[in-house]
Amino acid sequence: MRRIKAKEIENKVCEAALKANFELRKDVLRSLGIARNKETVPIAGKMLDILIENAKIAKKEKLAICQDTGMVVVFCRIGSKAQIIGDINEAINNGIKTAYKRGFLRKSVVRDPLKRTNANTNTPCVIHYDIISGNKIKIAVMPKGFGSENSGAVKLFNPTATEAQIKEFIISKVKEAGSSACPPVVLGIGIGGTLDKAASLAKEALLRQIGSRNPKKHIALLEKEILYALNKTGIGPMGLGGKTTCLAVNILEYPTHIAGLPVCVNISCHALRSAEVII
Amino acid sequence: MQKLKEIELPITKEEIVRLRAGDEVLLSGIVFTARDQAHKRLCECIEANKPLPININNSVIYYCGPTPHKKGKPIGSCGPTTAKRMDEFTPVLLSRGLSAMIGKGSRSKEVISAIKKYKSVYFIAPAGAGAYLAKKVKEAKIAAYPKLGPEAIYRLKVKDFPAIVGIDSKGRNIYEN
Repeated sequence: MRRIKAKEIENKVCEAALKANFELRKDVLRSLGIARNKETVPIAGKMLDILIENAKIAKKEKLAICQDTGMVVVFCRIGSKAQIIGDINEAINNGIKTAYKRGFLRKSVVRDPLKRTNANTNTPCVIHYDIISGNKIKIAVMPKGFGSENSGAVKLFNPTATEAQIKEFIISKVKEAGSSACPPVVLGIGIGGTLDKAASLAKEALLRQIGSRNPKKHIALLEKEILYALNKTGIGPMGLGGKTTCLAVNILEYPTHIAGLPVCVNISCHALRSAEVII
Repeated sequence: MQKLKEIELPITKEEIVRLRAGDEVLLSGIVFTARDQAHKRLCECIEANKPLPININNSVIYYCGPTPHKKGKPIGSCGPTTAKRMDEFTPVLLSRGLSAMIGKGSRSKEVISAIKKYKSVYFIAPAGAGAYLAKKVKEAKIAAYPKLGPEAIYRLKVKDFPAIVGIDSKGRNIYEN
């Protein structure tokens, strides 16, 4: 067993949260640049230029990329040969608390969904744990803004539903969201499992690098088709028209029940933020 | 590329009626931030016939909850939030003289009708570019509801704040072009 102190996890989570909020992911920035070069609608090009400029200012001045610094989602994969000394939940939440205070990041989490008093710490975060092989801990920190989060949806299809119906559902959600989800968007899609599994896969899919494809050919094809169709909608950056509505479609799939076909689409704005640390 | 219209705030009705959906503008002057909870409170005040903590007559509301400012900087990251969440409160505020709003995204039919009725204007600002927009804010002070933290009402002094006319006083809507 390899012993890892909770304090070390706390420090690494803090670093990752700061990095995620100040430095736009390289793959996201690259895809914005590629989209900019292809864009022919003037206002769309101008908006993409502003987004690229915004990312530069944020990184240089250590200023949040977006004022909605999100509710933080953490994917924590713990090696079965790693032994944690201390409380890992507390360590992760403390790391986030410190980052949001030290980094002048907005505290957007309310203590109770109905009473709605701000917790002033931006915690708790939403943590997904998984056990992996080895003696390391891999932690991905994803601050998730709610303009785009509010635009997501789950649908429990009949098992006889066609791929065309799934595509239509996903495209309709992006159209409904329109400018509110801050396009160009990135889609995380979960297909299969149970209602909750599809939702967590959709979130996890947003961690996948832009430009990568699902290893299964038929799923990769579905990704390509949805991306192509979305960029034909004309929604464009900020919903003002243009060729750039979606930067990437990432699908993760899972086996499911004979009676069902859950599909979840989790939309991310163009400011898709995450950072990973390995301990 | 069309020439940017420079607008000094408060904006006059004459200037408002000259604006067309799609016009690109640069705003300079005072705007008040207000988002969900501030809107709810302002409308509760109006309903209860209590005085409002800010003067909304001829004012501009910016749907924004900024990040905290660092020492020596007036404000943190400060882009627009989704306007449609404020739709249920907007017609009442327009009836009380609110002259313009800045946000992101489309608005309800009721809001568009109220914009026409009261000759108001809805601007959209570049969404998800909060660090870029921070450069356009020269001063920020809490004006009301400090307990709401990021949702408090801030009085911002902006200079050359970039925006696009989303819905003009004739009800023309950029999202339907």
